[in-house]
Amino acid sequence: MSSDITPKIDPTPDSEKQDLKDRINKAVTTQKRPTVTVLSSLLSIEDELGYIPDEAISIVAEYNNSTINEVWGVASFYPNFRFDPPSKNTVEVCWGPSCHLVGATDVIKAVLDELELDGEGDTIDKIATFKFNTCLGACPQAPVMSINHRMYGKISAKQAKSHILELRKNINGSDK
Amino acid sequence: MSSYETLKELAESRWSELTKGSAPWIKIGMSMCCGQASGAYETLGEIKEVLNSLSIEANVSEVGCLGICYASPVVDILLPNKHRAVYGNVTPDLVHDLVDRCLVKGKIPKKNLLGVENLGTNNLQGLPDFNELPQIKLQNRIALRNAGHIDPKDIYQYIARGGYLGLNRALTDLKPEDVIEEIKSSGLRGRGGAAFPTGVKWSFMTRGEKPKYILCNCEEGDPGAFNDKSILESDPYTTIEGMAIAAYATGSTNGIIFIRHGHDGPIDATEDAIKQAYEVGLLGKNILGSDFSFDLEVSLTGESYVAGEETALMEAVEGKRSMPRARPPFPAAYGVWGRPSTINNVKSLSYAPSILEHGSDWFSSIGVNKSTGTAIICLSGNIKYPGLYEVPMGLTIGDVIDNIGGGVPNGRKLKMLQTGGPLGGVLSSDSLEIRLDFDEMREAGAILGSGGIIVADDRTCAVDLTRVLVAFCQFESCGKCFPCRLGTTNLLEIVERMSSNKARLGDVELMKQIGQTMQAGSLCGHGQLGFNPIESAMKHFKEDWSACVDEGKCLTGSCNKPHFTPINTRPFAEAPIKNTVPIQIANQVGEKNE
Ligand SMILES: Cc1cc2nc3c(=O)[nH]c(=O)nc-3n(C[C@H](O)[C@H](O)[C@H](O)COP(=O)(O)O)c2cc1C
Ligand code: FES
Repeated sequence: MSSDITPKIDPTPDSEKQDLKDRINKAVTTQKRPTVTVLSSLLSIEDELGYIPDEAISIVAEYNNSTINEVWGVASFYPNFRFDPPSKNTVEVCWGPSCHLVGATDVIKAVLDELELDGEGDTIDKIATFKFNTCLGACPQAPVMSINHRMYGKISAKQAKSHILELRKNINGSDK
Repeated sequence: MSSYETLKELAESRWSELTKGSAPWIKIGMSMCCGQASGAYETLGEIKEVLNSLSIEANVSEVGCLGICYASPVVDILLPNKHRAVYGNVTPDLVHDLVDRCLVKGKIPKKNLLGVENLGTNNLQGLPDFNELPQIKLQNRIALRNAGHIDPKDIYQYIARGGYLGLNRALTDLKPEDVIEEIKSSGLRGRGGAAFPTGVKWSFMTRGEKPKYILCNCEEGDPGAFNDKSILESDPYTTIEGMAIAAYATGSTNGIIFIRHGHDGPIDATEDAIKQAYEVGLLGKNILGSDFSFDLEVSLTGESYVAGEETALMEAVEGKRSMPRARPPFPAAYGVWGRPSTINNVKSLSYAPSILEHGSDWFSSIGVNKSTGTAIICLSGNIKYPGLYEVPMGLTIGDVIDNIGGGVPNGRKLKMLQTGGPLGGVLSSDSLEIRLDFDEMREAGAILGSGGIIVADDRTCAVDLTRVLVAFCQFESCGKCFPCRLGTTNLLEIVERMSSNKARLGDVELMKQIGQTMQAGSLCGHGQLGFNPIESAMKHFKEDWSACVDEGKCLTGSCNKPHFTPINTRPFAEAPIKNTVPIQIANQVGEKNE
């Protein structure tokens, strides 16, 4: 059963689709924690794939004896989830009050400029996804940013810029 | 299954190997609040490498937070029977020299030295005493007694330092009613925000049939608060023992510790600790040979502040949207999966082992009035020594800021204090005399809440700080009650206008009306208290507001900086259009029988 009612042209080859389904199934059926719910299944898929593909919704619904609409309800509620494949890297900057007071605004501006973005989202070249974070839990080290979940504290706008530049350099290097 | 005595014996022999043996013990603070963001990983890697290259035999442990986050990365070097020397801001380039001088040449270099402690015969004259640092001396660590001292991955270190004495006493000498009595007379009040007496809460649970649940709340979405995460990361055992005590007292069979997805430090530490506790028979069937059994697991939530509210948390445990339920029925009657449940904050539960170990009189002798025990303060913002400080209740806010925090840096003046999370109030610099006491703080129009104190200096406009707090409340409204969903959004629009010097006539009046509606018409504290930041800031900082609102000119200029806040906010979040499904089709798939 597909969750789509309007046909659309899907360029993904069948073998890749099957591969994706297998990964989703594996993520849902081999969860680490004993209590399995709609939310835990979605988190497990997000950990595995970095996003919630359309196919996942009905799999989660079936596995948890729930409905497609309920699963969408949960998936759309928590900002953890995204619905298209993520960029290669995630950049987060904290905008919580502790960070705000010691210069988070300048850091955010520098990072956005460097990524050529004007808010949350993916860069055009899909190198990075930018997210705001309400508190990274390292307030004594404010202002704080994280790149792929590695935190950097007490950063200036200049340091933030150079972190992004370095990220770009590493990616370009590894692509060659 | 092992008896407490055999565990204790094993633990003590291991502990004396570490503290009395011949090899030095090097501890590096790695918790989220200090280590990770300050580059402790690099320091740790360098230490291991240098030890290797100099062929020095030493025990190296990754530990939690000593409270002095400002000095991280902190390296704590213990030479058995000699001394302990604590170094701060140890960046990788300093490591080689430090290790060489401390461990090869037997010196105590003064560079980056925070202080020493005498453990034997060494002559330490002229060196600062670590325990005399105000940041250490003014603390009275109960819930954090082991933080930074033990390896959170080794349950025996916890037992060696007196762990499980409390539970053992409960299981051998006390009936469940006695445990509740002990907690009641200690005066312990909930540290999650509402300050409800913990013993009284537990007593609601004595009725009702099994299975019953104990839930531990480590959602901790408040920006500026990190104490719950730090406890679980530094010493998860004290929370686990506390939960076992609570379960014994309330007749609960199951426990769930609830942590936000993505906070890997606390999650990993807690799960590892639970695994170890099962292995040695401190969780599971017939704990310590008694007929008391208790199962414990970790459950993760998505990013949601309201998930910290007790009934919303139960919805999240069940895997749904974290939206609060109407009360009554209260959790003790109808909790998670409809079972009787009690929910407590990490800090509240972490006090229980010490209370049972030392008795309720000991605990109630600390603190003032009806606020017994300690306050676990997360100090951050414009402050010289930000950190995690556990201090006795009754200390004044001024003591914390000036004596421990070292005051506001760069010659600036203290202007605002934001306490107890974004829903708590904003206080002015007149409030330094207020004591850390649940009731005294409430009277002053603020809350102690989760223990966060954020300090702002005179470069920040009150309207600017309020805007950030309101933006947070708007972003995190779960959207269930429309006064909160629309109210926070309207409030943010108005405050945005004010801080862009575009306020309209009647805006202040409008804000007040919205605030009243939110308070009257919301199910949970998020909407009920959502107007608090604006109301208190308007009360204490009239000039800032009148400059921004009436004159259209910000006094400090901080409002004029660019504003960045997330746009895709939860109250209006929706599934991508292409995926909505007619209800009949949806029902065919899961065939859920309601
Ligand atoms: C919007 C909102 C958010 C809350 N967030 C938390 C939280 O993150 N952690 C917490 O322990 N309590 C939080 N609470 C308070 C809980 O509802 C509950 O009172 C508390 O967990 C009870 O524990 P205690 O009795 O040990 O204080 C929150 C309450 C509200 C209204
Ligand atoms: S407020 Fe930025 S890390 Fe907590």
